[in-house]
Amino acid sequence: MKKLITLFLLLIMSLGVYASEDMKLQEADIDLSDSESLQRGAKHFVTYCLGCHSVKHIRYLRIALDLGVDEKKVLKDIAPEGAGIYDQMHSAMNAHDAEKWFGIQPPDLSLIARSRGADWLYSYLKGFYTDKSKTLGTNNAVFPDVGMPNVFWQLQGQQKPLYKKVDGKQVIDKLVIEEPGTLTEIEFDRVVNDLVNFLVYVGEPVQLERQRMGKYVIFFIFMFVGIAYLLKREYWRDIH
Amino acid sequence: MKPSRLTTYGNWVLDRFPLTKLWNDHMAQYYAPKNFNFWYFFGSLALLVLVNQFVTGILLTMNYKPDAQLAFDSVEYIMRDVNWGWLVRYMHSTGASAFFIVVYLHMFRGLLYGSFKQPRELIWIFGMLIFVALMAEAFMGYLLPWGQMSYWGAQVIISLFSAIPVIGDELSLWIRGDYVVSDATLNRFFAFHVISVPLVLVLLVLLHIVALHEVGSNNPDGIEIKKNKGPNGIPLDGIPFHPYYTVKDIVGVGVFLLFFATVIFYMPEMGGYFLEHANFIPADPMKTPEHIAPVWYFTPFYAILRAIPDKFAGVIGMGGAIVVMFLLPWLDRSEVKSIRYRGGAYKKALLLFVISFLGLGYLGTQPATPAATTVARIFTAIYFGFFLLMPLYTRWEKSKPLPARVTDQPGLEDRIPALIETYHEMTVQKPVTKADGTTVMKRRPNLAGILNVITRLAIKLKKSLD
Amino acid sequence: MNNEGVDKSKRQFLTTALTVVGAVGTGYLAVPFLAQMQPSVKAMAAGAPVEVDISKMEPGQLLRVEWRGKPVWILNRTQEVLATLKTLDNELRDPLSQESIQPSSSKNQMRSIKPEIFVAVGLCTHLGCSPTYRPEIAPNDLGDKWKGGFFCPCHGSWFDLAGRVYRGVPAPTNLEIPPYRYINDTLIIIGEESNAGASA
Repeated sequence: MKKLITLFLLLIMSLGVYASEDMKLQEADIDLSDSESLQRGAKHFVTYCLGCHSVKHIRYLRIALDLGVDEKKVLKDIAPEGAGIYDQMHSAMNAHDAEKWFGIQPPDLSLIARSRGADWLYSYLKGFYTDKSKTLGTNNAVFPDVGMPNVFWQLQGQQKPLYKKVDGKQVIDKLVIEEPGTLTEIEFDRVVNDLVNFLVYVGEPVQLERQRMGKYVIFFIFMFVGIAYLLKREYWRDIH
Repeated sequence: MKPSRLTTYGNWVLDRFPLTKLWNDHMAQYYAPKNFNFWYFFGSLALLVLVNQFVTGILLTMNYKPDAQLAFDSVEYIMRDVNWGWLVRYMHSTGASAFFIVVYLHMFRGLLYGSFKQPRELIWIFGMLIFVALMAEAFMGYLLPWGQMSYWGAQVIISLFSAIPVIGDELSLWIRGDYVVSDATLNRFFAFHVISVPLVLVLLVLLHIVALHEVGSNNPDGIEIKKNKGPNGIPLDGIPFHPYYTVKDIVGVGVFLLFFATVIFYMPEMGGYFLEHANFIPADPMKTPEHIAPVWYFTPFYAILRAIPDKFAGVIGMGGAIVVMFLLPWLDRSEVKSIRYRGGAYKKALLLFVISFLGLGYLGTQPATPAATTVARIFTAIYFGFFLLMPLYTRWEKSKPLPARVTDQPGLEDRIPALIETYHEMTVQKPVTKADGTTVMKRRPNLAGILNVITRLAIKLKKSLD
Repeated sequence: MNNEGVDKSKRQFLTTALTVVGAVGTGYLAVPFLAQMQPSVKAMAAGAPVEVDISKMEPGQLLRVEWRGKPVWILNRTQEVLATLKTLDNELRDPLSQESIQPSSSKNQMRSIKPEIFVAVGLCTHLGCSPTYRPEIAPNDLGDKWKGGFFCPCHGSWFDLAGRVYRGVPAPTNLEIPPYRYINDTLIIIGEESNAGASA
């Protein structure tokens, strides 16, 4: 009997052996209460991403309200020229051109933080490296053979991969800067972090507020349970 | 004294509608056993969650668009542009998962105390029908957000019907209304999810409660309280449902809401189990996600489906896993209802069943590697064995003598001092130096104490299984 | 079961306390659910103010824009039209616009901020059809009494070129004037109030 149990347990434990071949993800520092970071992130998005990617589910008005920024300032500093405060953040690129140039329309990024996660996005945006074998000249360590060009090459510089052998296969160990860009590594990390922070916010603009609201709701329910329990105990004194 | 206006108007209604009789029969003079414990909260909680799904569902319907082009965006519209839309959406999605947690625990109570046994077989049948309707409702509801997981999950499950010989392909075509899951499917699932299945659910819940009130509730000791009536015809161990269980169920509701609110306000996605990550990508018929898994509450049955190597046999197995539950009242040959007085065979079998069910549930979320499939097959065998072998291992059960009257077991509140003692045993105060140099006493886990507690629990478990 | 009288008042208190907390909680829950049905941000966005450039308007030209789902007219009135308007008072139901809806900046005889530019909601105050623009004097189908105005084809209501309703027609009040203001001499924004009060 004991042998059977031991065998069974061993079998179950073997399920856990799963050597992951994906590159380890770096941690992003997400803080949605940092309005300055979100504003910078919004600006970075408009500068580097909005050309191809829309975030059609967010309106400039929402950004103004949530980040505590004046509507006029949003329209002047963050939004592209001619945007209205109620406008959604649409990309200028139309679907037809996108298909011709990239083979596929760049996806809308409103929910990318909820489907991929902040750490993935952070690592992905930092994970471009030079790859002469690709038409775009770059590849990505987190999303191999991605169709997106490296929009940050001027800021980050150019990276090259260092390989290691895992199970007899060539796998990327890490990326190192080959040619530096205009920003230092720390400065660039901050740019990407702000951008990812912004994308996490866009994924669910109400998250900060709902967390704030939560403690009042739970406190209230606690009070309700307290009184309800006293009432129950009072009635149940009758029962023996 | 002249009666008040309220009394006069009240009497006008009461002369024309049996409100008083209904109130007495089902609340003030419905005598329930006085020894209901923790496991008896989940029926009323299930009703609460049903009401929640109804109300939040109707509010969602005001803004949701059941069109393949518009559905995904309309959900985001609700989350962002509709006032408090996010709250309604999270209440509905959390409510769906909460419904299954509550219902699974409610059903488990039935297994613990023999609530499915004579004369309550029909209550169990209605309950099982509710379970099936609930699964249908949840499955169709999950298609509505039209995310990647919605689409491909539906595609996979509906294609199971094509495994049925002869009529399979036609049947799938008829269910989908198209050659693949499409706008036609979405629209009809919306109609079923919002109108037909909810009506069926409400009807079944009504039948379930009426059948229950006809024979009276079971209890943790499994003895029939109606066998011991006082001189006025009231069961000696019975207490009127109102006010005793109304007031107790309100506490249950409050505690449930604490958990409910914590999830909604702090972790509505529940790590991807309540709201799956892949479902935040709009449905793309051209691109299958790497890893299609059903929502967590379907995973035990999905694991059984995958464990069986043949497609049609797998479908039969998955369906059989549910059908076999219907047969429970007739599979159990023991005279004794409650696990407290049953022989060791049933207790061990139930423990194995719980382990298999949870195990299958976990395996259903993971990719089907050869090792995982082997384990899933073992668990599937145990699952079916629990039911199909029951006529054998319950016939000659060595049960304990039943008490004449219900017993008084310590309630949750009474166990708190013992729990605190156990906590003290498992932890120890240790001095810890903080960053600024000061030393403070903090509680840290105590390995020896923890081992002691685990050993004691293991011994208690082994003893209880005999 | 015990039935001590002392317990009853404690029960009553606790029951009342619980009911109050429960009612407050239900109220807190009801508020979001009811607020749900208020116009969403999308509706507000669609109802946002509309800018109209009037720099290229010819005299007598009618521009039609949509604001909050309704047609809004901007009419460039000639001096003859303005002169005619002053003579119609006896035939009108409410020549001084005391019953009708307009912002204070348009509560004057010409029913506009600047007399030449007339802004009005293009919906008949009878049952909501959109009247036609008939600037011509005494056409065949409308007869000699027609001095230029808006004619509603649904039930035959007459409005003058200041949107004022004639006597003896089904419509009860003058055309509604929406809130609007001048951003500059050639740009009007419909949907935003003007700070200016009523002019003569």
